[in-house]
Amino acid sequence: MNTNLKEQELIKGLALNEKGAIETIYKDNFAVIQHLIINNNGSEDDAKDIFQEAVIVLYEKAKSGVFELNCQIKTYLYSVSKRLWLKRLQKNNRFELLANGVEETVHVEEDISLHEKRDDEFGMMEHAMTNIGEPCKSLLEAYYIHKQNMQEISEAFGYTNADNAKNQKYKCLMRLKKLFFAQYKNGNKNG
Amino acid sequence: MLEMIERYLQGEMTEEEKILFKELRRTNPDVDQKVVEQHFFINQMERFNEDKKFRASLNEVHEQLLAEGNIKPYSGKSKVVQLWNRSKRTIAVAASIAGVTALVISAVVSSLAPKTDKAQIENLGRKIDILEKNQNHTRRELSDVKNKIEIPGEPAKFGGTGFLIDTRGYLVTNAHVINKAERVSVQSQSGVELSARKVFSDDSLDIAILKIDDNLFKPLSALPYAITKNASGDLAEPIFTLGYPKDEIVYGEGYLSAKTGYKGDSLTCQISVSANPGNSGGPVINKNGEVIGVLSTRQTTAEGVVFAIKAKNIFKALDDLKKDSNNLHIKLPATSSVKNIDRPQQVKKIQDCVFMVKGY
Repeated sequence: MNTNLKEQELIKGLALNEKGAIETIYKDNFAVIQHLIINNNGSEDDAKDIFQEAVIVLYEKAKSGVFELNCQIKTYLYSVSKRLWLKRLQKNNRFELLANGVEETVHVEEDISLHEKRDDEFGMMEHAMTNIGEPCKSLLEAYYIHKQNMQEISEAFGYTNADNAKNQKYKCLMRLKKLFFAQYKNGNKNG
Repeated sequence: MLEMIERYLQGEMTEEEKILFKELRRTNPDVDQKVVEQHFFINQMERFNEDKKFRASLNEVHEQLLAEGNIKPYSGKSKVVQLWNRSKRTIAVAASIAGVTALVISAVVSSLAPKTDKAQIENLGRKIDILEKNQNHTRRELSDVKNKIEIPGEPAKFGGTGFLIDTRGYLVTNAHVINKAERVSVQSQSGVELSARKVFSDDSLDIAILKIDDNLFKPLSALPYAITKNASGDLAEPIFTLGYPKDEIVYGEGYLSAKTGYKGDSLTCQISVSANPGNSGGPVINKNGEVIGVLSTRQTTAEGVVFAIKAKNIFKALDDLKKDSNNLHIKLPATSSVKNIDRPQQVKKIQDCVFMVKGY
């Protein structure tokens, strides 16, 4: 009961990007995953990658608010890591089996495919953001992410007035959208 | 336009503006589409930013814990693993030929860590699953072959789509798909052909009901979508269809463009979606997973104008059917289990209930 409550707190913390929660989850679980990956032809970096990706899957699930704790965080992370690593091995045309640890696993297939979609979208947005260039990138970030108002933005970016800044922002947004959707539609076609 | 949409989404409009804008959105699918797109995009941006922050925290924590010595670089590589690493390629090649990869690696691993039973059992279980699948597949192929033998060299004369309305194998399709056929069969998304028979057909409704009569068909536990009498759909509501314009299931999406069909026909409604011969009889489904109609015809003189028979006509057909045969109880699925999940997942669940209908 008690551990269950603690785990729920951790998941809540994770969803809010709280450092304490991330630290605890990291400390409690990293070694097991590291062991798993490295014993299966993975490198130190692979271990870090896979573990972090698994935590991201958990984070996405926690944030979606539908995460029911039907298993321990440990089991969940282990299952996801195992599956992710297996996928990566297969992708590189390596062999099929993943050696075990001492953990049992749960079914995580849907969560992972959901994550893959999100991860693709993340990559697309990242790509669009890097390609849009300055000052568009900073301008959009200032407005949509840091939620600055147009007056502040026009001062910070040296526009003569808020309306000018606004116009520029719309132009930037259109370009970003175009870049993003060009990949998005492509990706959906191929997928 | 973009400015208006943004102000609308951010709740900066006055009441009056809002009403006007909503009206515009309702009457103009193009505007509606843009609103949806903008909303989606802003969400994407916000999520991107949150995810980026989270990834940064992860790295930060990693570095910090590493510096504090709370996590350590791994040092426990044993000799066996190294040996294995050196020869893995050869072994892997050999193993893949022999198909015994799992056992070879398991053996190495178990010599390292004795408590390995569970995972091995799990992996073997998967193998058995695969075997079973292969076996099923073979069986399917056999039955395909059998079917082909029964009708030597005879390709299907008529083709369309049908979807399950009852877990025990009752399907609905268009009457025009099968009314000239002497014999009907249906083919699942995975390619299994199952024999079926017509239990009802009404040319004026253009609805037919088939029953799968084949031992290979296993009744489902539940249907993912809902079929209800009043699911008529709103104008501009996004919809999607699944059907068999070719030998493989094809997904199409569009929106409900008019509440009546060709020349004001009230049995049908008009949708905008790309449809081809073979799509007839397919389900038209809204985002909540409710069947709002049965795709039936398209207007040849216009592009993208397609008509669907409203779902309530399925009920009408069933009522008529009951008059003929009293002991038949077809229960339509009343609730959708694919609400609030994303489209690929929805389709994944629904596609098993959509069949190709073949008439011979």
